[in-house]
Amino acid sequence: MTYIFDGSLPGLLTAVFEWFERKPGKVVLQSLAVFQPEAFAESFTIVTDAVKSDRVWAGLQKRMKKDWLRKFYCSYLSELPEAFNHLFEFTLYIFQSQNGAENNYGNEHVIALAKFAKSVEREKHRMEAFIRFQETGDGMFYAGVDPDFNVLPLISNHFKNRYADQQWIIYDLKRKYGLHYNLNTVEEITISFDKNVNKANPAAILMDEKEELYSVLWKDYFKSTNIVARKNTKLHIQHVPKRYWKYLTEKQLS
Amino acid sequence: MSDRIREKLSILADAAKYDVSCSSSGSNRKNDNKGLGDGHSSGICHTYTEDGRCVSLLKILLTNHCIYDCLFCVSRKSNDIKRAAFTVDEVVDLTMNFYRRNYIEGLFLSSGIFKNADFTMERLLLVCKKLRLEQRYNGYIHLKTIPGASEELIREAGLYADRMSINLEMPTEAGLKLLAPEKNHEDVIKPLDFVNKQMIQLTEEKKLIKHTPKFVPAGQSTQMVIGATPESDKDIMYTANAFYKNFALKRVYYSGYVPISNDNRMPILGTQPPLLRENRLYQTDWLMRFYGFKVQEILNDANPNLDVDIDPKLSWAIRNMQHFPIDINTADYKMILRIPGIGVMSAQKIVQARKFGKLRIDQLKKIGVAYNRAKHFIVCVDTPYQIKDYQGTQIKAFIMADSQSKYLKTPSNQMLLF
Repeated sequence: MTYIFDGSLPGLLTAVFEWFERKPGKVVLQSLAVFQPEAFAESFTIVTDAVKSDRVWAGLQKRMKKDWLRKFYCSYLSELPEAFNHLFEFTLYIFQSQNGAENNYGNEHVIALAKFAKSVEREKHRMEAFIRFQETGDGMFYAGVDPDFNVLPLISNHFKNRYADQQWIIYDLKRKYGLHYNLNTVEEITISFDKNVNKANPAAILMDEKEELYSVLWKDYFKSTNIVARKNTKLHIQHVPKRYWKYLTEKQLS
Repeated sequence: MSDRIREKLSILADAAKYDVSCSSSGSNRKNDNKGLGDGHSSGICHTYTEDGRCVSLLKILLTNHCIYDCLFCVSRKSNDIKRAAFTVDEVVDLTMNFYRRNYIEGLFLSSGIFKNADFTMERLLLVCKKLRLEQRYNGYIHLKTIPGASEELIREAGLYADRMSINLEMPTEAGLKLLAPEKNHEDVIKPLDFVNKQMIQLTEEKKLIKHTPKFVPAGQSTQMVIGATPESDKDIMYTANAFYKNFALKRVYYSGYVPISNDNRMPILGTQPPLLRENRLYQTDWLMRFYGFKVQEILNDANPNLDVDIDPKLSWAIRNMQHFPIDINTADYKMILRIPGIGVMSAQKIVQARKFGKLRIDQLKKIGVAYNRAKHFIVCVDTPYQIKDYQGTQIKAFIMADSQSKYLKTPSNQMLLF
């Protein structure tokens, strides 16, 4: 039996509700985006229902501490097809066990969630580290990114607290939405880019005149602080994987 | 104007780079005045240099003019290099603008000593005050305490800095005297002790008064240069241990000496920095701080230096086979931490998971245990029965045979014959 849901978190939680309504035995959860109908397999399409999903979420909140609710949410943000199914099975397991069952690291779904969450938290941390703002002529600090996982919801508070006195935009070019901080609140935005705009580095003419100077100074600093006698390229790439270089001011040729 | 500032930055970043500390962790400073910057308790490394070291802070000297002539230092008086000095405003401007672009986590400010200690310390303090009071900057500040500066200046600096540090430079007094006759460890100990006492006093006051000012919230650290003088690993780690104990330091850094001088008292130019030794010292440091090892267990008169071919945890285990094998399903957390191949995270998961049933090999592997290493030291439910008890040296040979250390290009199993 395959349950098909719309890919949303409420959809996933509704699926859990429906399973307990029907108790159909072993079920595989798949999102509509990746579902491929098979000739002899049964499937059931979940209709996302806020009331049902809220009840499941409230149940999880009662059973698990905050750290595990966060692991659950992070695993969901990974957007990986196999993560959805593990989340589904994990939730069934939690509701069918005594309190504290989330600490059973011998259980395959517990360990799977711990791993998904770890990857997503690492990507979140990398965004906090590798995002580079460029100041535009009107004083807006802009950064375009395309993270492996959908981590913008996780980094919003970090940037809001840190850059409280400057307007900024962080734009996820892969998922086509961004965050805009307007000196008070953070809001979700979408931008329709002009075809000719380099989105990672939107037209140098828009930049503040000092932007060039600080990016050059930063590159100078990056060069000067290196100790040539200790060169270790393998370690360097391990810490800063090449797919992130396109964000990094210090990695652009001047 | 931009050429001049570029040149200054290059000179003064180059001169500061031998200080290895770049951590931005441990501060709880919050952005509560709607200014710029907010502490991140575990710190953030914003990039890594090509030598693989983290870049978290803008690490610069205020100036590389110095009245001292310490042999191990690039900025020594007698060294023929370009000199430069930042103005206070230049440092403030660089810090603010780098921070705004998310290049850095904060400022690491040090300086050569010009005129005298107090004059230098006053300038450093001025930078901190401008950032905090005029610019409403709440990012990280790591400030060097200048040995010999007055207690009033040091106390005031502590109100604005997140971390303060003074470098021991050489692990022993004798080593320091050899290369820097004008310096001694006492000059380092005095301010470290003073700041530590202030921190303790403030913690005491906090119990009585709700709002006490922040004072060096990320604590103090120090650094020793390794391999410039002939100390043993035991000398180095015993000194580190004493400083951790006596001054509640957050970190001791070990910096492999990079040859910068032709003086015959030190390794000659072109000698490789002792990277492997540095790595082993850090491993020992971690074992002391996070794994419950006493320094005397790892280094003592019988073993004054760390093994080169294997890490200190494995080395301890092999010397103490009487504790093994350890039963994963019953042993204390403290003992599980001592098993080679099991780290803090795995140990915690094991202790949690075994409440739900006895653990098997495949579960240990999934939890993240380096099983090929750990298997020689543990038993769990489905450990295969083994008739023969292997000696420590044999186990070492097994592990070495299937490990691929980047430091050991040629297999060295044969060494065991000697």
